Amino acid sequence: MPNGFSGGDTAFVLISAALVMLMTPGLAFFYGGMVRVKSTLNMLIMSFIALAIITVLWVLYGYSISFGPDAFHGLIGNLSLFGMRHIGMNQLSGSIPVFAFASFQLMFAVITPALVSGAIADRTKFAAWSLFVALWGTIVYFPVAHWVFDTSQGWLAAKVGVLDFAGGTAVHLNAGVAGLALCLVLGKRVGFRKDPMRPHSLPLVMLGSGLLWFGWFGFNAGSALAANGLAGTAFINTQIATAAAMIGWLAYEKIRHGSFTTLGAASGAVAGLVGITPACAYISPLGSILLGLVCGALCSWAISLKFRFGYDDSLDVVGVHAVGGAAGALLIGFLSTGHAGSPAKGLFYGGGPAQLGKQALGVVVVGVFSFVFAWLIGKAIDKTIGFRVSEEVETAGIDQAEHAETAYDFSAVGASLSRALAPAPSPSTGDGTPAKKVDA
Amino acid sequence: MRLITAVVKPHRLDDVKAALQAYGVHGMTVTEASGYGRQRGHTEVYRGAEYTVDLVPKARIEVLVEDDDADAVIEVVVKSARTGKIGDGKVWSVPVETAVRVRTGEQGPDAL
Repeated sequence: MPNGFSGGDTAFVLISAALVMLMTPGLAFFYGGMVRVKSTLNMLIMSFIALAIITVLWVLYGYSISFGPDAFHGLIGNLSLFGMRHIGMNQLSGSIPVFAFASFQLMFAVITPALVSGAIADRTKFAAWSLFVALWGTIVYFPVAHWVFDTSQGWLAAKVGVLDFAGGTAVHLNAGVAGLALCLVLGKRVGFRKDPMRPHSLPLVMLGSGLLWFGWFGFNAGSALAANGLAGTAFINTQIATAAAMIGWLAYEKIRHGSFTTLGAASGAVAGLVGITPACAYISPLGSILLGLVCGALCSWAISLKFRFGYDDSLDVVGVHAVGGAAGALLIGFLSTGHAGSPAKGLFYGGGPAQLGKQALGVVVVGVFSFVFAWLIGKAIDKTIGFRVSEEVETAGIDQAEHAETAYDFSAVGASLSRALAPAPSPSTGDGTPAKKVDA
Repeated sequence: MRLITAVVKPHRLDDVKAALQAYGVHGMTVTEASGYGRQRGHTEVYRGAEYTVDLVPKARIEVLVEDDDADAVIEVVVKSARTGKIGDGKVWSVPVETAVRVRTGEQGPDAL
């Protein structure tokens, strides 16, 4: 291997990439448990399909747009790495192989559009969603990753000096705001505000949030791209803020609504993970407790905004990811110690308002860019192939209509009966006659 | 014969079952049901939003009895299901023409 190669760093980043990959299935279960039983599978596959689509696009041109040589003032990479054809096995990015770095960053590109799906649960055509993942990934995520994550060329990171260690703006704010745009394009679910629409499986939600928490150590600590002190800092701060945010959410919810819910515990943990993502390498352990408490309570309040303003952000992507991502990015301007991942000091450490101003600029730029293009892409899809299923399908259940499957077959009588009544192909007639041939 | 149907609070089911067995009823069918009567459900707050829950969970108990037992069995169910609060449920009975035990083919009261 060439000079500068580190086996320890490479091993750490490869494992981190795998951890971040697991976050997308984790997210699928986190969201899947939260929807009503009739849309469980649709919710799961909306996350899983991002693994498929974004991976292929990443190889073709995504990696090149995000991390290729800069094409125009730090706004976008050129296409010289198209198809990853000219990347050598032993070529390094820092102390690790380019393929290790590209794999790690790929997992971020996968989970970001998957996060958006929670805002439009229960009512989205699968083909339209798949098209959105491809278009939004291409037009919004790949360039924004170049701005924020390409620390030597990207305009927000290298020129403006916005601090975003693992993706508070590029991933969470970006996805949360896109979710807001899409739920405005698609409109409210049938029965929004009238029916309770309670989660069908809170154990799945808890399992999903646990997988997310686990994978997030790869997300945040792995973003050090080396097995070093910075990774250790990011790791412990991730744990601290998540713990504090769970307490913050549950406390707010108990005072405001009277119960400690498991959904609140899971959501609080995710709000803390989101909030610490941009800040984990720049703040102190005590700062992480403060950040976690603030993000937990703030997001717990923010999820009620949809009822006040009447947008159906079904699984609170806006309240948790847009608000939490923005809060974490802005809190760097207060809590950055100046002696961890960056020499910039925040307001609480005598650094003045300069860094806070940069952070605010990053939040506004990414937020506006993502909202505008998510809305335009959403509208374009809606006007052409249609983004939303019919009211009939939505009421009856999107799983059977879009995927010809249901998540659970508990009843020996009911299952074959419901399949017999459904218009979709059935694997068995349920009365002992041979199964009809199906393409499954 | 008469079919007695009782819709009661789910947490009263065990007591109703025990009281019916003590009276000498040999079998029953229990299903989970949901509905409302004059109390018209209630409101719940979840994740920051208030909802009206108009279909409340209930247990539906069905018992086939001989005509002479009907009034007494209804009395047993009412006594064992009552809490005195709204939502205690209802009991009613209808006449039944035929009943057949599937295994033996016995008919009428013999099938009970």
